[in-house]
Amino acid sequence: MIEPEAGPDFVQLLDAGGNRVERTDFSCTAPDVELATDLRDMVLTRRIDSEATALQRKGELGLWPPSLGQEAAQIGSARVLRDPDVIVPSYREHGVAWCAGIDPLDLLTTFRGTGMTDWPSRPDTFHPYSFVIGAQTLHAVGMAMALQRDGLVGNDDAATNGAVVVYFGDGATSQGDVNEAFLFAASYAAPVVFFCQNNQYAISEPIELQSRIPLYRRAAGYGFPGVRVDGNDVLAVRAVTEWALDRARRGDGPVLIEAYTYRMGAHTTSDDPTKYRQNEELDAWRAKDPIARLRAYLERAGAIDQAWTDALDAEAEALAVRLREGCVRLPEPELSDFFTQAYADTPELLLAQRDAHQAYEAAFEEPR
Amino acid sequence: MTTMTMAKALNAGLRRAMGAEPKVLLAGEDIGKLGGVFRVTEGLQAEFGPDRVIDSPLAEAGIVGTAVGLALRGYRPVVEIQFDGFVYPAFDQLVSQASRLRFRTAGKLGVPLVVRIPYGGGIGAIEHHSESPETYFAHTPGLKVVTPASPSDAYWMIQQAIAADDPVVFLEPKRRYHDKGEVDLDQQSAELSLFSARVVKPGTEATLLCYGPMVRTCLEAAMVAEQEGRSLEVVDLRSLSPVDDAVVLASVRRTGRAVVVHEAARTLGLGAELAARIQEQCFYELDAPVLRVTGYDLPYPPSRVEDGYLPDLDRVLDAVDRSLRW
Repeated sequence: MIEPEAGPDFVQLLDAGGNRVERTDFSCTAPDVELATDLRDMVLTRRIDSEATALQRKGELGLWPPSLGQEAAQIGSARVLRDPDVIVPSYREHGVAWCAGIDPLDLLTTFRGTGMTDWPSRPDTFHPYSFVIGAQTLHAVGMAMALQRDGLVGNDDAATNGAVVVYFGDGATSQGDVNEAFLFAASYAAPVVFFCQNNQYAISEPIELQSRIPLYRRAAGYGFPGVRVDGNDVLAVRAVTEWALDRARRGDGPVLIEAYTYRMGAHTTSDDPTKYRQNEELDAWRAKDPIARLRAYLERAGAIDQAWTDALDAEAEALAVRLREGCVRLPEPELSDFFTQAYADTPELLLAQRDAHQAYEAAFEEPR
Repeated sequence: MTTMTMAKALNAGLRRAMGAEPKVLLAGEDIGKLGGVFRVTEGLQAEFGPDRVIDSPLAEAGIVGTAVGLALRGYRPVVEIQFDGFVYPAFDQLVSQASRLRFRTAGKLGVPLVVRIPYGGGIGAIEHHSESPETYFAHTPGLKVVTPASPSDAYWMIQQAIAADDPVVFLEPKRRYHDKGEVDLDQQSAELSLFSARVVKPGTEATLLCYGPMVRTCLEAAMVAEQEGRSLEVVDLRSLSPVDDAVVLASVRRTGRAVVVHEAARTLGLGAELAARIQEQCFYELDAPVLRVTGYDLPYPPSRVEDGYLPDLDRVLDAVDRSLRW
């Protein structure tokens, strides 16, 4: 892996030790009190993630894709969004979902298998998780085209303008759909921010297999800007995403952001990363932990103290308990619930299949 | 005889094919260093090198499309699609390209390609990981579609698919990957043609027509029926395109009754095709209509209700009862 140096190709505003880095191009104007809320979001996201991982290990979830290590990329980008922006996630954006107000228990329904992606707490501006790699990037461009046609781009009153941010990973950049999304967005100057979390691995495959150049440079080939940002630095992610969003909302077209980060956990709980990567690599990234560096900075700045940290720890613990207890109490669906959700107007044939299924199940003296 | 799982049998079959023919090469996501997410290709990159066991970029159209090119230049590529639900980006390459080159060139070009796809449900997975896409491919002229149901068939059929001169969609029933069975590794060649069906349990009163993951389900149903004094014949289709009509029709003529069992959705599934062929060719020998036990006409549901979606022993026996009562 080629380590990026801090410089024009790698926007960093807070180094791994928690020291602010001054730049002329990007700066983070968020006050420390706001950065403290980012730290809270990041800590709680990590707790959601670790609790869900534990629930999977206990057999309560079928699968979980951990977001461990990617908290700054997710919180930093999500916290600069506002209405009427639209969020199009992949399937690992638990921190983004948290910021969008999604109840983490709703996330669990999908991975417990008690539901599809029909989360009651999901706002209209947050598209359901997508599991087919990269397919959602084209949907995002279409949504951005809709914003253009709805008069929500390029208005003099900047507050009325919106953009779409779409999340995907380094592996997804190999898919034809993603490359077509880049092309369509460029062609239409669509207000979309392509937010690629380069976490270095697509399951076992390292980034070098997907791209021989830094991913952000792909954008140049399509005719729009690309920026690589330290994905473990919430300040830099905020600054770069805010810039890209403003540009898109203004009507100046798409931006590709490569958030350079690391998947500290497995691809999913079904994966065993010891088969394909070394502990030394993981240790090197632990030293760049997004939470540790922000905490170090805020402590030094006096923005948080022990009482604040204790309160957050208690909040995280309460959230974990809520997830642990809530997960096993998630309502169990019936197969017959699903027959009317495939079409707006369910064909007779399907209703007959549902009725036959119900009659068949009812014929058993004891539930099977 | 060696006892092994279906996943290990596939691995052994691939190894033997690669050892016998240097033009055989493998490609797919995570198949090299990791050995595939189901470990079917485990150890093969270490043994045959990265030129013959290729970790592909994450793009299914790219995997299948480049394999078509390799096949056209004399190689015998075997590509892995990681999960059934991820084959659709490669649909054009399979349905419009690989399948037609022989037809387009009056036989001058052939595409000896194998596309391995773990398929079917029953493993508690999230969406796109439990699909049964066989009909799309069986409906496509120029493609052949096969699916083993036992470790022994897996071992031989993968080698036969690699030796075939046309593109073969090779569907692996993922819920059976860890089922064990006897495999004769010393045998010189397969007993059956790749495209033959097999009577896996003889019987007299009704025929269960099944394939892939449902063969075990139907065998279990037949055993239960036997305890109740009913004799069911179980036919494993093995090949879904072409279908071995001779074995299927001979069985149905003997028993007079047929029940088709598959996980895939009902409408226009293999059951529809088999029912049509049976009534066309042995109408007067039938004692009951051909019945189907299938998945419902829904996208695959969440895992907590998949047991209700998937045909199981009870549903198979219920259909048999209805057929026998006719």
